[in-house]
Amino acid sequence: MHEMSIVMGIIKIAENEAAKANVTQFSAIDLEIGNLSGVEYEALDFAWNVAVEGTVLENATKNVHKIQAKAQCGDCDTIFDVQYIYDNCPKCGSYFKSILQGKELRVKSLDTY
Amino acid sequence: MCGTCGCGTGNSFSINKPGELHHDQQESHSHSHEHNHDHTHSHDLHDHAHPQNDFVHLHHHDHSHEHSHSHTIDVEKNILQFNDMQASRNRGYFEAKNIFTINLVSSPGSGKTTFLERTLTDLKSKIDFFVIEGDQQTLNDANRIDAVQIPVIQINTGTGCHLESDMIYDAVKKLEVKDNSVLIIENVGNLVCPAMFDLGENQRVVIISVTEGDDKPLKYPDMFAGSQICIINKIDLLPYVNFNVEKAKEYAKKVNPNLLFFEVSATKGDGMDIWYEWLLKVKR
Repeated sequence: MHEMSIVMGIIKIAENEAAKANVTQFSAIDLEIGNLSGVEYEALDFAWNVAVEGTVLENATKNVHKIQAKAQCGDCDTIFDVQYIYDNCPKCGSYFKSILQGKELRVKSLDTY
Repeated sequence: MCGTCGCGTGNSFSINKPGELHHDQQESHSHSHEHNHDHTHSHDLHDHAHPQNDFVHLHHHDHSHEHSHSHTIDVEKNILQFNDMQASRNRGYFEAKNIFTINLVSSPGSGKTTFLERTLTDLKSKIDFFVIEGDQQTLNDANRIDAVQIPVIQINTGTGCHLESDMIYDAVKKLEVKDNSVLIIENVGNLVCPAMFDLGENQRVVIISVTEGDDKPLKYPDMFAGSQICIINKIDLLPYVNFNVEKAKEYAKKVNPNLLFFEVSATKGDGMDIWYEWLLKVKR
């Protein structure tokens, strides 16, 4: 359940931003999470409900923008969608690849009231 | 994260050396839950006084203004930034002091501690070792390392399922790691969560044993993707189990084509020489 640590990280970021903006509550938060980030969305939801109580995110709507992973083949340069980290190149079959996107774990924005 | 209740305040993990007075769980925060819920946002009725030139234009709105002052703050911050930042600090410290650091990860029961004990015993005349042990509870592993006379410190994460970089920062200070040494961090036995948390190590070493399934690299790909070395342990048991070494390697290479493998038996000593050779070479 490392998702609890993830939520604690989100709250820490939000509390720093709240202090800067001089607000006590946020109405919404937008997160960007790639499908290779290692975060289980359901586990995140579960941890979220427990952790945000009494924080600046208590009443905030959580919008998760899922990012589809993409990789570039190390042998033939083909760019392809990645579902699992062990997916290989659909063109040449190589497992050598660099991940272009999909590992994101980011707080994109916060909305104030 | 708090080891007692799962809440996130304070430092709830504990760091202990073998032989030190060991508190059950360090209570470093109090549990007062006072929530202040009186948010008064009354923006609906406004009396606007507009002094213009020398006459006062006073009007009263009988319709309500829905003044919305809401705005969006662009944050664009990595959620793991605090861990990553501290990990970078650790890495810089290790580099400056020429400390070679290994993060040892695996599922529980793959033989991490036995592998470590054997390595320490056989190489301690050639390398200055320091060890950080991570477990949810007990000093058992630290006591095993202490028994082979290697400086060791135990981090108990409570309910936490992985080590984080700030714990390593605290532990390294308390352990007083010497220059030009090798620091081995034995992470909490867990093939999922530690994958996401950089500790500042030079090399991440994942151990699987032949008593597990040979498809483990596909089932838990993140850990194999983030490691540089894969140790296949308990090879002395191969005649008795249904584990195909070549298949396991093939699966692991699908996840991470750059993985370097060592096949060993930590209890019998098979294959350990090749691992030692590698360690002595990278250490230099």
